[in-house]
Amino acid sequence: MGNDVLVFGEIRGGELKKVVRELISAAATATGGTGGATDAVLIGAGAASLAGKIKGFGLRKIFTVEDELLANYSTEGYAAVLASLIAENKYRYVFMGATAMGRDLGPRVAARVDGVMFSDCVEVRMEGGSLVVRRPVYSGKLFVELSPEGDRTVFVSVRPNNIAPAAESGGSTEISPRPSGVTRDMIRAMATEIVPLAGGRPDVTEADVIVSGGRAMKEGANFRMLEELADLFGGAVGASRAAVDAGFAAQPIQVGQTGKVVNPKLYIACGISGAIQHLAGMRTSKVIVAINKDPNAPIFEKAHYGIVGDLFEVVPLLTKEIKTMMQ
Amino acid sequence: MKIIVLLKRVPDTEAKILINQEGTGIREDGVKFVINPHDEYGIEEGLKLREKLADGSKVTVVCAGPEEATEAIRTALAMGADDAVHVCDPKLADPNPFTVSEVLAKAIQAEGFDVIFCGKQAIDDDLAQVQSILAEKLDIPQVNNATAFEMAADCRSAKLSRRIEGGDEKIETSMPAIISCDKGLNEPRYASLPGIMKAKKKEIRKKSLADLGIAEVPGTGRSRVLKWLPLPKGGECRIVAAEETVDAVRELARLLREEAKVI
Repeated sequence: MGNDVLVFGEIRGGELKKVVRELISAAATATGGTGGATDAVLIGAGAASLAGKIKGFGLRKIFTVEDELLANYSTEGYAAVLASLIAENKYRYVFMGATAMGRDLGPRVAARVDGVMFSDCVEVRMEGGSLVVRRPVYSGKLFVELSPEGDRTVFVSVRPNNIAPAAESGGSTEISPRPSGVTRDMIRAMATEIVPLAGGRPDVTEADVIVSGGRAMKEGANFRMLEELADLFGGAVGASRAAVDAGFAAQPIQVGQTGKVVNPKLYIACGISGAIQHLAGMRTSKVIVAINKDPNAPIFEKAHYGIVGDLFEVVPLLTKEIKTMMQ
Repeated sequence: MKIIVLLKRVPDTEAKILINQEGTGIREDGVKFVINPHDEYGIEEGLKLREKLADGSKVTVVCAGPEEATEAIRTALAMGADDAVHVCDPKLADPNPFTVSEVLAKAIQAEGFDVIFCGKQAIDDDLAQVQSILAEKLDIPQVNNATAFEMAADCRSAKLSRRIEGGDEKIETSMPAIISCDKGLNEPRYASLPGIMKAKKKEIRKKSLADLGIAEVPGTGRSRVLKWLPLPKGGECRIVAAEETVDAVRELARLLREEAKVI
């Protein structure tokens, strides 16, 4: 087995996921100095036209697979495409985003080709010719570093926003349309449609800025105040488990060990005390701001900046201040 | 129907997790262990399905884990599961997902199954792999991160929602299938006192690897842990204070722009 890499170019909502360029960057790390090459595969509607977006990023080939049967995501349809590419090209590594799709697809294909998978990696590097990945465990309470063993394909899902995205580097990339080889009977579970989150706000796992509220928000309607602050950044609104359990916020925006694990550039925690299970979900945020009445709230131990005060006073002022600053 | 629910014993979400002295794993002393919280949604969904069918369907817990996992299994039985299979073997210390999936596949095949529920991931290793590897080994479809589940009247298919970035993906699947469950799917019930009393009499069938016809531990030799790392120490929190809140806020905004460079 050589050192070639396959990057899974995930398409969602007609767009290539932002993480794909981060995967290309991770692939460059894995092939660096080994003579390995990186290919990418784009599956589904729009694959051929989206391939142009990563052409010239140091890729050898981009496989595009368009088929009516693959217009909607299915584990089995997409797995069949990946498994056949791996069988033909004997990839040493397969990189995918640690997204809903990547986390569903990766282990299924890894099982099919008898590989190994490292989920949710935040760092990828080479040491003495061997791949080393770092990944959080216990919901980010610890990290572990691992290396693969044996002569098998290694699947790595990379958590978005952790690796600097690849830049355009020129070079020729062959775009190679490919028949899917998928038949209807292979697909037993199939996505039929996607229903967007109510409110159409950015998802907490993808936003660069998150403004989160806790139990101290008092009621759901008060989250509007957090939305106004988040809107200045095109950011997402999050909530602690306490806020979700109290019915102030919907479960899909819950940040924490039993909710979403997030990794934004800026996390503003409003009226969140900082229970260990919440901290587990947001502690890797680059800059954490805490606004809380209680100077002893544990959130201040993890925050970089804090204001001890009433969020109902502080948040509107902060929104106004930042708005002025941005003009 | 034969409804299988999978269960893993994990440290409580509130537990402080520290690296052990040898640097080979975590310190377990003083750590409270519970049913993996996401698995509770799987157990609840299995129980709800049994109640809806009301046709003598059974819910069987399947767990691969150490002796101590018995307590978590009893809790699931107290919630209402009918019986349990506990694969418990000293050879299974710290197994990887390929090992666990192979072992679970053998145990589940021996039981027979029509549907399998489990949590979307275990909150210890956070790998979220076992259910998908298991689906491949059993050659059945998988639906991960389910937030809604509706079995068709003929029990040959089901409609589900699963959580993805920015929305819910609607899925149709044939049965049997493995469904990994996410928060929002249901509200797991508590074990009642009569439930706890009844659970004491319910059968837990203990199986070794040999009982499942497994001679060698499967799936090993795929990866090695190089080291465990604590979280980097957070810097001191800079508390921004001023006589007037508005001045503190102004200073915070300035710091976010000029020092942290996030505005």
